[in-house]
Amino acid sequence: MGKRSLAAPYIVWMAGFIVIPLLFVFYYGLTDRSGAFTLENLAAIASPEKVSALLRSLKLSVLSTGICLILAYPLAMILKGLHVKKGSFVVFLFILPMWMNFLLRTMAWQTLLDRNGVINSILAFFRLPGINIINTQAAIVFGMVYNFLPFMVLPIYNVLIKIGDDTVEAARDLGADGIQTFFRVIFPLSMPGIVSGITMVFVPALTTFVISDLLGGGMVLLIGNVIEQEFTFTANWNLGSGLSLVLMVFILISMVLFAKYDRDGEGAVV
Amino acid sequence: MKMRRIGALALLACLVMALAGCGGEKKESKGQVKIFNWGEYIDEEVIEQFEEETGIEVVYDTFETNEAMYPIIEAGGVAYDAICPSDYMIEKLIANDLLAELDLDNIPNVKYISEGIMEGSKTFDPENKYSVPYTFGTLGILYNTELIDDEIDSWEALWNEEYKGNILMYNSPRDLFVAPLEILGYSINTTDEAQLDEAKELLLAQKPLLQRYVMDQIKDSMISGSASIAMCYSGEVLQLQSSNPDLKYVVPKEGSNYFIDSWVIPANAENKENAEAWINFLNRPEIALKNFEYITYSTPNTGAQALMDEELLKNPAVFPGEDVLSKCEVFHSLGTDGDALFNDLWLQIKDAQ
Repeated sequence: MGKRSLAAPYIVWMAGFIVIPLLFVFYYGLTDRSGAFTLENLAAIASPEKVSALLRSLKLSVLSTGICLILAYPLAMILKGLHVKKGSFVVFLFILPMWMNFLLRTMAWQTLLDRNGVINSILAFFRLPGINIINTQAAIVFGMVYNFLPFMVLPIYNVLIKIGDDTVEAARDLGADGIQTFFRVIFPLSMPGIVSGITMVFVPALTTFVISDLLGGGMVLLIGNVIEQEFTFTANWNLGSGLSLVLMVFILISMVLFAKYDRDGEGAVV
Repeated sequence: MKMRRIGALALLACLVMALAGCGGEKKESKGQVKIFNWGEYIDEEVIEQFEEETGIEVVYDTFETNEAMYPIIEAGGVAYDAICPSDYMIEKLIANDLLAELDLDNIPNVKYISEGIMEGSKTFDPENKYSVPYTFGTLGILYNTELIDDEIDSWEALWNEEYKGNILMYNSPRDLFVAPLEILGYSINTTDEAQLDEAKELLLAQKPLLQRYVMDQIKDSMISGSASIAMCYSGEVLQLQSSNPDLKYVVPKEGSNYFIDSWVIPANAENKENAEAWINFLNRPEIALKNFEYITYSTPNTGAQALMDEELLKNPAVFPGEDVLSKCEVFHSLGTDGDALFNDLWLQIKDAQ
């Protein structure tokens, strides 16, 4: 009883910042401006430019999630192999940039990648060809990978360090070689971390509008921008909420697809 | 349209409170006046001076956007005595009976306001009885004379293939559509679908030439020279030119948008006479000049203009001149349907690859 009452603040938090706002989104999403029930806000996703914005968002977020995974898994394996103290130092290095505001870091990349920016000035100094990816889809993927990589590394690392050396030794004892040990023991055991990482990267990447505005220079329309615009320009909260609900469906589908791997909830972050 | 800084305002608020605290003891209080203005939109010393001269205590609050200000006035929770919204928002306030008529006998300095601007004000305040203009500005083209040799005088310059990859356009639909609508000779307040479609086609054709759609980053890109030509509101131009003297501002010959920010008194004001004294004080030529020097948005006050340097008066970013203004239009509020129409077209443009 005593222990349970300690959860009260958490319940207040859940209700006030998750459940109630979500109910608002549902309410606005399923009504029109006069407050009458309608499904039009959901159907609005069918217009050609919104469909293509959604597909583009899916494409870019799947791509960045994939790149994050490819970068993060070997890194997590290396971290696991390091001495505990060294390992936690490298993890610390990964978390360090997150102490700074996400917007600031993204704006910094805007300046770095700019055509007359820091990186190109340095390249020009050494008479090397400049890179010109700012304001393209490539810059957006870059920004997503940069910003969300720690969310992939940490859950995988957390799962990997829980796999005891004895487990690996047992596999080797029973005749598995290095590759077999990895694919038949380590990889399956790390699945919850991978799933958690994928979700933590895919969801914010799918919904972002800041990265596409800053690094995409407003030239690339993502579904997040479409929704943002409904709130900031047309002040149509109903349509904005309706489109958010549609997006939520895609997120739920992706989570259900992976949920069966995450039965034990071991992938919980940090 | 305007950059606001919050940090300075917090300081300002403290200052005002401190002043209010000691002012009361020294002289007989003549009551209060509650002001609601844009952030960074007044020289703080002017507030001090007003309090000293009149003995009226100023309570000063600020807002960031017209849209954020409106619900506060509508709800009436705080009874402000004087506020400073933009043209189309004043139109909306008048339409919803939220403003009080001014007693111009209490604001004799209104005589200093230029006739052209008073005339322009009639688009949202048809009889000039609710508002006194405070600042105004135009939308135009800013370009770098170091990078562009041509003399630019038309919106079509933003479609010039030679500047490919160096052109910046505003990332907001109403401002963005000004350029194509002016080229086509249509009103910037049109909601005619056929006209807007033509404008959309122009913008679609322009997209491959652009570097990007931006808002405030225009400043950095133009100062550093990473873009050579951009749409730009005149209010910031003086500051940009002081950072990069090669920048030149022009209001295109086809015409453009211009905005007027004016002082109005809400219907529920409790100190209407004090508010009128405030508006009158701000229009004293020396005070208007002082404010202009601080905020750099053009002042419609001819008294203040008479006190300025020749050089400044010749800068089209500061004073576009009557002939230019006569070609410019003020934005009207388009209503929810109009906004939705602009938004749809804009999404189509942004979606194009």
